[in-house]
Amino acid sequence: MTRFNAFALLKNALNGHKGWTEQWPDSQPKKEYDVIIVGAGGHGLGAAYYLAKQHGITNVAVIDKGWLGGGNTGRNTTIIRSNYLYDESARLFDHAVDLWENLSQELNYNVMYSRRGVLMLAHNVHDVQSFTRHIHANRLNGVDNRWLTPQECKDYCPPLNISANARYPVMGGALQERAGTARHDAVAWGYARGAAERGVDIIQNCAVTAIRRNADGSVAGVETAKGFIKAKKVAVSAAGHTSTVMQTADVRLPLESYPLQALVSEPVKPIFPCVVMSNAVHAYISQSDKGELVIGSGTDQYTSYSQRGGLPLIEHTVAAITEVFPIFNRMRMLRKWGGIVDVTPDRSAIISKTPVQGLYVNCGWGTGGFKATPGAAHTFAWTVAKDEPHPINAPFTMERFRTGRLIDEAAAAAVAH
Amino acid sequence: MSYRIPGRGRIDRAQPIRFTFDGHDVEGFRGDTVASALLAQGNHLMGRSFKYHRPRGPVAAGSEEPNALIGTRRGKGQFEPNTRATMQELRKGLETTSQNKYPSLKFDVGAVNDAAYMLFSAGFYYKTFMWPRNFWHKVYEPFIRAAAGLGVSPTEEDPDVYASRNMHCDVLIVGAGPSGLAAARQAAGKGLKVVLVDEHSEAGGTLLSEPQAKIDGVAAWDWLSSTLAELEAAGVKVMTRTTAIGYYHENFIGMVERLTDHLDEVPQDTPRERMWRVRAKQVVLAQGALEKPLVFHGNDRPGVMLAGSAQTFLNRFGVLVGKRPVVLTSHDSAWYAAFDLAGAGAQVQAIVDTRAEVRADLLDQAKALNIPVKLSHTATATSGRLRVSSLRVNKVSGSTVSAGSEIKCDAVLMSGGWTPSLHLFSHTKGKLAWDDDLTTFLPSDTPEDCVIAGAGRGLWGIEAALADGAAQAQAALDALGQAGDAASYAVDEDRPGTGVMHKELPTDKQPGRAKAFVDYQNDVTAKDLRLAVKEGMRSIEHVKRYTTNGMATDQGKMSNINGLNIAADALGKKQPQVGLTTFRPPYTPTTFGAFAGYHRGSHFEVTRKTQIDAWAEENGAVYEPVGQWRRARYFPKSGEDMDAAVKRECAATRSSVGIFDASTLGKIEVVGPDAAEFVNRMYTNPFLKLAPGKCRYGLLCGDDGFIRDDGVIGRISDDRFHVTTTTGGAARVLNMMEDYLQTEWPDLDVWLTSVTEQWSTIALNGPNAAKLLQPLVPDLVLTEENFPHMSCAEVDVAGIPARLWRVSFTGEIGFEVNVPAPLGRQLWETLWEAGQQYDICAYGTETMHVLRAEKGYIIVGQDTDGTVTPFDAGMGWAVGKKKADFVGMRGMARPDLVAKGRRQLVGLLTEDGSKLEEGAQIVLDPNQPIPMKMVGFVTSSYDQGTVGQPIALALVEGGQDRMGETVYIPMPDRTIAAKIVSTIFVDPENNRLKIGAAA
Ligand SMILES: Cc1cc2nc3c(=O)[nH]c(=O)nc-3n(C[C@H](O)[C@H](O)[C@H](O)COP(=O)(O)OP(=O)(O)OC[C@H]3O[C@@H](n4cnc5c(N)ncnc54)[C@H](O)[C@@H]3O)c2cc1C
Repeated sequence: MTRFNAFALLKNALNGHKGWTEQWPDSQPKKEYDVIIVGAGGHGLGAAYYLAKQHGITNVAVIDKGWLGGGNTGRNTTIIRSNYLYDESARLFDHAVDLWENLSQELNYNVMYSRRGVLMLAHNVHDVQSFTRHIHANRLNGVDNRWLTPQECKDYCPPLNISANARYPVMGGALQERAGTARHDAVAWGYARGAAERGVDIIQNCAVTAIRRNADGSVAGVETAKGFIKAKKVAVSAAGHTSTVMQTADVRLPLESYPLQALVSEPVKPIFPCVVMSNAVHAYISQSDKGELVIGSGTDQYTSYSQRGGLPLIEHTVAAITEVFPIFNRMRMLRKWGGIVDVTPDRSAIISKTPVQGLYVNCGWGTGGFKATPGAAHTFAWTVAKDEPHPINAPFTMERFRTGRLIDEAAAAAVAH
Repeated sequence: MSYRIPGRGRIDRAQPIRFTFDGHDVEGFRGDTVASALLAQGNHLMGRSFKYHRPRGPVAAGSEEPNALIGTRRGKGQFEPNTRATMQELRKGLETTSQNKYPSLKFDVGAVNDAAYMLFSAGFYYKTFMWPRNFWHKVYEPFIRAAAGLGVSPTEEDPDVYASRNMHCDVLIVGAGPSGLAAARQAAGKGLKVVLVDEHSEAGGTLLSEPQAKIDGVAAWDWLSSTLAELEAAGVKVMTRTTAIGYYHENFIGMVERLTDHLDEVPQDTPRERMWRVRAKQVVLAQGALEKPLVFHGNDRPGVMLAGSAQTFLNRFGVLVGKRPVVLTSHDSAWYAAFDLAGAGAQVQAIVDTRAEVRADLLDQAKALNIPVKLSHTATATSGRLRVSSLRVNKVSGSTVSAGSEIKCDAVLMSGGWTPSLHLFSHTKGKLAWDDDLTTFLPSDTPEDCVIAGAGRGLWGIEAALADGAAQAQAALDALGQAGDAASYAVDEDRPGTGVMHKELPTDKQPGRAKAFVDYQNDVTAKDLRLAVKEGMRSIEHVKRYTTNGMATDQGKMSNINGLNIAADALGKKQPQVGLTTFRPPYTPTTFGAFAGYHRGSHFEVTRKTQIDAWAEENGAVYEPVGQWRRARYFPKSGEDMDAAVKRECAATRSSVGIFDASTLGKIEVVGPDAAEFVNRMYTNPFLKLAPGKCRYGLLCGDDGFIRDDGVIGRISDDRFHVTTTTGGAARVLNMMEDYLQTEWPDLDVWLTSVTEQWSTIALNGPNAAKLLQPLVPDLVLTEENFPHMSCAEVDVAGIPARLWRVSFTGEIGFEVNVPAPLGRQLWETLWEAGQQYDICAYGTETMHVLRAEKGYIIVGQDTDGTVTPFDAGMGWAVGKKKADFVGMRGMARPDLVAKGRRQLVGLLTEDGSKLEEGAQIVLDPNQPIPMKMVGFVTSSYDQGTVGQPIALALVEGGQDRMGETVYIPMPDRTIAAKIVSTIFVDPENNRLKIGAAA
């Protein structure tokens, strides 16, 4: 595999790009693997990479029903931050951010991790209370996050409207400077290339139709569109379709799948320096390196596997954006799309062993798992390799819904009085 | 020099219009677009490309245009970037600017990128800019960002307004070309609501570019005007400048109508655009086909454009795009462009066709017009700096490309054939089928009630389009139970044609170095696509994302099929095995304002106001937003800040009487024979035995056993409960109740009605509350014996029929008076008057918060956060121990919810008497290093109350067992020590609740 560097680029520019090689081969399934990973999103590909790189397990296949990175990994708005409330989450996401900061070099693939800062706006007293709570908790957890006054918010993000006459005036914001965005496709491709280089088979256009179990209940392998493939261990990372895949192994998961939509504007010159999130008015926005405003919408009100999503939600999202950033009213929407996200009752993920021996699951990332990609993949690989969780993902069990030991990040955005 | 041809086009020469382009005055006519007006001056150069900053002119004449994007401006705040010059109609005073250039359009330093063309190939960014590590954020990324982006963002607030409307119709026809018009005729006059829309400024589609055709013996343009008149007479709604942007579930179509961008003056209060949300029983998609460019080195030079578009510029706008054009084609249709232009006086230099054989009548006509013809030829280069000046063509025999020869020209009109416009069809998740004969994708199945007509199904020519429009519309009508025969049409001088499909055109040069553009705007070349495939991008989606082919603002209208053909060739597969990328809404880029519609500024979301809100405003209230409501937060007297006002309000309420607008509380009327059973199952408290005339505090948990909401519930009669919820929780609670009622307990005979807006609710609290109220309630004796705490009654208050509750959220004697909403203010003023002798004080939410905290009453969402059980909140008393079942019963029995060491609600008093910050975290050992072990946090904290020192509520691990212990609150600048105490700071014995007890 050709290493990427300035010299290779120059050389190839001169020789008509003859020297570049495949970033990953078009693998066909072998009869048997040590580990099969279902789902070639960032999480699945990343897990394969770390299995090979850190645990020396290279007889691995990543199987996807479509093209790699075509799920939520290639559909998300790429907001990365770690200023979560609970210790467990802060640790997991901060671990991810640590890995993000070196990921381009680690993978020899520019994933364009852009530390441009994520600013979360407060629009009511409840927001202020909640953000203050986050900021204090983050400080004592060693996670950066600080309070900005409305004027400081405006200085940080000039297009922001901080008028006191706004429908929901900005009362301040919580800023995490270490947070930012990354290029989603590059994350999938970089991990795929890194994994393939170490011998992992990436098998695309091959749906896993069932997980097969041995007589003793342990995992036997997977049924796929290309036939049965034996495996010692199966690790599922199938986002919105995880619950249906796991059901075939008789593992019921507390997941609901919803369409989540996003959109981009036509590209313009740099106007928006950071990422802004506003939970109260439901607006999430940044500007891509290409110049498009990247805007996150909400989940539809009903569960569904259709990646279409409806118009009303988009109308509301755009209204929210122009409410907070009125100068964008004459910008135009270029494209909108949806992805299917898997939501747990406490809005935290599951990275866990399962009651089935040899079966592991990494899911429940809902609307916010891109940011966790390296951290989740890394700890998931550990869990699969050692058949026990890494200390960082140990709290993210399936069991917690039975015991009630939740990590309720949804609680942070709880009911208003 | 003018390129305007007398007698041609549909522009109104009596109405010249001046506008500016990059500050220069330009004159065009009513009916022109910016592109046609500039082309009429011989000006093709209108923009610069995204990556290489190459000079570009229009390649198309419609909404698919990728190159000629300009900034457009009307006045202050009325600027928008990336407007397609081919769609923007002229209006007086229109200011336009070119984009993505510095310092000028003709000389752009960004064009150095073009010299480094071989470097900036597909995937370039992923392979470099990684060293040194911290350079990405500070150096590389800002550089890349500044180079990318096309136009500049608006920077001022938009003064225009936008509208939206809903519409239901029987048949919606998208596209008013010949097939759309025939479809509309077919559907008209049958008593159906028929709507015909087109994105252009006038209906007609292809007919506007083909005036030569005769339909049933009538010249095309005459047929068009009589047909439109006929449709109008038949009640068909014809909407121009209206784009169907997206096709959603269940035949729901979003359409945007542009109302003012073409007007010289905007009439007062006219919206700029209107979003139509259409629910159509049947949809006819008659969007026609898009012409494909040919892919060859230099195919992007200004002056190189689609042949069909050149024809449009001539016939619709009277503009000759070149006086010495060359036609380069693989399809018959471009021959007609040559003939039309020759007929208008152009010296067509040659018709270069890649095919070896061409229809004899075309050859004859070329000969008659003295146009040289070169068959079996390819094009391998163009030259010219800011405008094409020659085309290099080479003979091809088999796979041999002979030496080239130059043809001097001032325009190249190309055609790679046509591809059906299937974007909206794709939004329906409709399937596409590859047609080998036509070498294109055609629509196949769709889950929606939708048919496709005309060129959208690969049918070329006006006669075929008309016939198919009628036939497909009839199919839709059949589905509506309107059987009939499809009308037939005869067309003379029709121009059907065929062609062949190409990937890149063959060349004698090194193809790996060719600048043969596929996606013009994003500067994606055939070389990039092949490199992507070489690097292992096998899915068309990967190719698209790796190269950005099809991701420009034309959304691949120009580039998708050519990109597919090249990628398929590189992969050694057939096109259907590779497949197309998904088309996404909107069909063309759509103004944000049109989506937001009326929901802007103060109308972004309704501001819910109570009936008493106006009184509060007149009395100087300061508000806070709570959900969609605005609530009076406090009522400052002159010179008071919030603290001072709240202090005063608290003291006044505890010492005499305070009045509070509680109307925003959610209210749900629960009625029916099983009402008691229902309420009993929903809430943790027992309700079966609650007698009519009594009320009870209710706690609502989720099935997980955590507190979701609370409120007082009054039993009005055996089968009727008046349930109150938190202000923010009203809708959520009703949803939850409906969910349980409909899915878990459909056997219960109960109705739920939201009555939040039906009642105004006024709370009176304080030792003098009963005294104040009694004279106004002659029918009820307000004594401890007769109307004790937690009673309710239907009784007149100040002559108004009311539901009167004896409840307290302050720890004082309290009443809540519910009256029909419109009478709220009347009652408020009556109470206000009556209260003057007691120095009645109006208080807001802040005082309410303080007073309740002093009594240890929780606010759901502040003192609880979705992880708190009733027991954690110290409210185990509210959980009915003997109840058979209630929501959350099993959830709260889970091991972790009954384990020791849970966070429990306690009171805190700081040792130094300072006020704690809400949200501050609590630790046991203040000297530990970071990360610290946090055992809880401050939920509520106030120092305006009546306790004499600041108080706080907090959730602390094992808190109820730590009474009297000291905990620490590490702040950035110091650590505060606080003692854990009871949550009740005032009157633990509840003496003050009693009427007649000493205050
Ligand atoms: C619109 C949108 C915006 C978002 N914004 C953000 C954001 O700003 N920040 C953030 O952190 N997160 C965001 N997210 C969430 C984030 O995208 C996901 O949590 C994350 O990408 C999940 O990665 P993954 O690898 O687990 O899943 P995916 O990338 O979805 O990968 C799962 C893969 O499994 C495959 N698969 C499914 N079923 C099968 C089967 N039976 N057999 C074989 N393969 C199968 C799928 O094809 C898919 O490729 C957003 C999500 C969406 C949809």
